[in-house]
Amino acid sequence: MQNDIILAGVGGQGILSIAAIIGYAAVESDLFLKQAEVHGMSQRGGDVQSHLRLSSSEIASDLIPKGKAHMIISVEPMESLRYLPYLSDQGWLITNTEPYVNIPDYPGTVAILAEIQRLPRHVALNAEQIAGELGSRKAANMVVLGAASPFIDIPFAKLEEAIRKVFGSKGEEVVNLNLQAMRTGREVAQNTAAG
Amino acid sequence: MQKLLLLGDEAIAQAGIDAGMSGVFSYPGTPSTEITEYVRASSEAREKGVVASWCANEKTAAETALGMSYAGKRSMTCMKHVGLNVAADVFLNASITGANGGLIFVVADDPSMHSSQNEQDSRVYGDFAMIPVLEPSNQQEAYDMVYLGFELSEKYGVPVMLRITTRLAHSRSGVARKEARTQNRFRFPENARQFILLPAIARKQYAQLLDKQPAFVQESENSAYNTYMPGQDHSLGIVACGLAFNYLMENYPGRKPPHPVVRVCQYPLPHRQLRRLYDECDRILVIEEGYPVVEQMLKGFLNTGKPISGRLDGALPRTGELNPNLVGEALGIPTGKLASIPDLVASRPPSLCKGCSHIDSMLDLNEALSGHSSGRVFSDIGCYTLGALPPFGSINTCVDMGASITMARGAAAAGMDPAVAVIGDSTFTHSGMTGLLDAVNEGSNITVIILDNATTGMTGGQPSSATGKIEQICRGLGVEEDRIRVINPLKKNHSENTHILREELAHKGVSVIIPRRECIQTLNKRMRTKGRDKQRAEK
Repeated sequence: MQNDIILAGVGGQGILSIAAIIGYAAVESDLFLKQAEVHGMSQRGGDVQSHLRLSSSEIASDLIPKGKAHMIISVEPMESLRYLPYLSDQGWLITNTEPYVNIPDYPGTVAILAEIQRLPRHVALNAEQIAGELGSRKAANMVVLGAASPFIDIPFAKLEEAIRKVFGSKGEEVVNLNLQAMRTGREVAQNTAAG
Repeated sequence: MQKLLLLGDEAIAQAGIDAGMSGVFSYPGTPSTEITEYVRASSEAREKGVVASWCANEKTAAETALGMSYAGKRSMTCMKHVGLNVAADVFLNASITGANGGLIFVVADDPSMHSSQNEQDSRVYGDFAMIPVLEPSNQQEAYDMVYLGFELSEKYGVPVMLRITTRLAHSRSGVARKEARTQNRFRFPENARQFILLPAIARKQYAQLLDKQPAFVQESENSAYNTYMPGQDHSLGIVACGLAFNYLMENYPGRKPPHPVVRVCQYPLPHRQLRRLYDECDRILVIEEGYPVVEQMLKGFLNTGKPISGRLDGALPRTGELNPNLVGEALGIPTGKLASIPDLVASRPPSLCKGCSHIDSMLDLNEALSGHSSGRVFSDIGCYTLGALPPFGSINTCVDMGASITMARGAAAAGMDPAVAVIGDSTFTHSGMTGLLDAVNEGSNITVIILDNATTGMTGGQPSSATGKIEQICRGLGVEEDRIRVINPLKKNHSENTHILREELAHKGVSVIIPRRECIQTLNKRMRTKGRDKQRAEK
C-alpha cells in the first residue's frame, strides 16, 4: 500500500491539522510515514504545501516525485491547481471551492472551477459553507479531509479516532463538530465524486 | 518501544534530552527554531533540569554552550546557516580550544532560500574548522547522530557539527528512542590552559587539532553511516551525501541502484570507500544538498582524473534544493510528461498578517517620507522585511542581522539626509545595539525606528531579549532622552505618528522612534489560551 498525498492551501488555513490527523491514523495503522511541511516565512499568508507519504514499506524520499502523487487535497481552489505537475494521470484532486483572496490579481472563480472540472477525477465542494451549516467555518479543513477519506487507504474509524485524539484537549464540543464535518465531507464525496 | 512521530528538528531535541545534554542555547532562525522550542516545551527536559534558553544572538548562545562544555557537561547550540556567520568567531576558535563536555553545533542550512537571504553550505565551515561533521539522511539518523556527536566530541575533545537542511528539519517521520543516558557530572578541563588562546598555547592547541585529523578520517571510514554499496554496472559510481541518498533511492523502486554507491553522512570524507569507488568506476556522479563541496574536493581544480559530475558540470543544477526528479534526470531516468500549472494560477507571496502593527508603521513611515526621494530606508531581518513588497514598498535593504542601523550611518556619512533605519526589537538586541553606539559616538544623522512587537515574530513568536528594555538600552548607549519617542502604531494615530516621525527625520543627529504594539499572532495565541483556561475554570 502506498498513498502519496500533496496537501495544499494558504498559510494559516489548517493543512497541518489535516496532516496531523492522517499522520496519527497512519501511525496507529502501523504504516510508515513521511511528511514534509512548510514552516517560516510562507506561513504568513503565502502558498503552503505539505508532502504526505504513507506506505506499508519503508519510504525513501521526504518529497513526492513529480507525476507520482495519488491525490492532491486542497483547502483552497486556486492552490489545488498549483501542484498539478505532482499529480499522476490516475490521481484524484479533492478541493474546497471557497476562494481565499489575499492578493490583488486573484483570478475569477468561474475560471478556476472550470480548470478543476477539466480533471477526470476530482471532488469539489464548498467546505466552508458545509462547515458553517454544521456550526463553525473553522472546521472546513475537516470537511475537505472527509471528502478525501474514501481515497485514503486507512480505515475511516482510525481517522475518527485521530480526531478525538488531536482535538481532545479542546473539549467535547470541538471534537464532535470536527467529527461531523469529516463525516459530512465523506458523504458529499461519495455522492458526487466524478471519476 | 513505540516510535514517536517527530520533525527532524524535534528528533534532534529529543535525542539531546535522552543523550544526557545539560543545556541548549540558541537564537531562533528558520529552519532550526523547533529544536530549542521542543526542549523548552518538554516536561521530561524540565524534570531532568535541562537548561533550554533563547539568547540574544547566535554568538552569545554558542559561547554559553562552550562554557557549559568547559564545565564538563554536554551542551548544544542550534542556529540557521547564516546564524553560524554570527557565531563564526567562537565556532572556529572552539575547534582550537577543544571541548571538555560534549559540544554539538547544530546548523540548519536552507537550500533554495525558503526563508533566508542565501544558501551557504555549513559543511564548508566544518571543513574550515577541521572538526567532524555529521549529516543525517533521515529523522532516525538525526536522532542517533546526536548520541554519536556527543561521543565523538568527548572522545577527541573537539566540538562536532550536526548539519541538516530545511527538508529534514521540517519533515516528520517515526523515530525510535535509545536508552537514556544520565548527564555528565561537573568537571573542570584536565588541561587548565587549553581554553587560554594566547599565541603560545594556541599554537600547541592548533597542532593538536591537526594531529587529530587522520583519526577523524578513520572515524569516517569506519562509520556505519558511510557505506559502500556494491553494484554490477561500473560505468558509473555514485556518491550520495545526507538527504540526497533518499532521492537516489527513490529512483529505484527495489532500492537497488545498478551502480556502486558510496553514501556519505559523516565528514571528513571517508577516503577508503571513495578511493575504491573511483578505482572501480569509469566516471563519478556526486549528489549533494547545498554547494558542490564533495564534488570540488574529489575533482580538484586541475581536474585531471576521471570525469566527475554533479552541480559544477550541470548534471545537477548549481543552485537550489534537490528533489527526486532532478536526481532521476542526472541518472538518465526521465521524469515523463507532467501536467502543467494552469496560466491563471497567480503567485501568492507571504504577506503581513491582518492587524499586524508593522502595516501601520510602514504606512506612517511612507507618509512621513513622502516629501523626499525614495531609497532612504535601510532595513533588517524579520516580518517587517515584507514591507519591501507591495502595497508598501517602504524599505530598501535587507542584508544581515543589524545592518539597518550601520548602513544608514554609512549612507548618512555620505551625505544622505534623512537616512532611516528600520529594525525589529529582537534584531535590535541581536546585533543592532553596537551599531547604535557607533552612531551616538559619531553623532550620526540617522533616524532609527525600532519596531517593538514584543516577540521574535517571523520564527513563530519566541520571547524577545529586548522586551521592556529598549528605551533603557537606548538611553544607556547615549541617545538623548528627548530623541527617544514611543508611538502606538494604530490607524487612528496615523497623523499624530506621521507628525512625530517628521519631527525626528528633521532632527540633525540620532533619533530613535519605537512603534510599540504586540504581535497579532502572539496576542491571538494569548487570548485563545486565556479563553480555554477560563472555560476550564468554569467547569
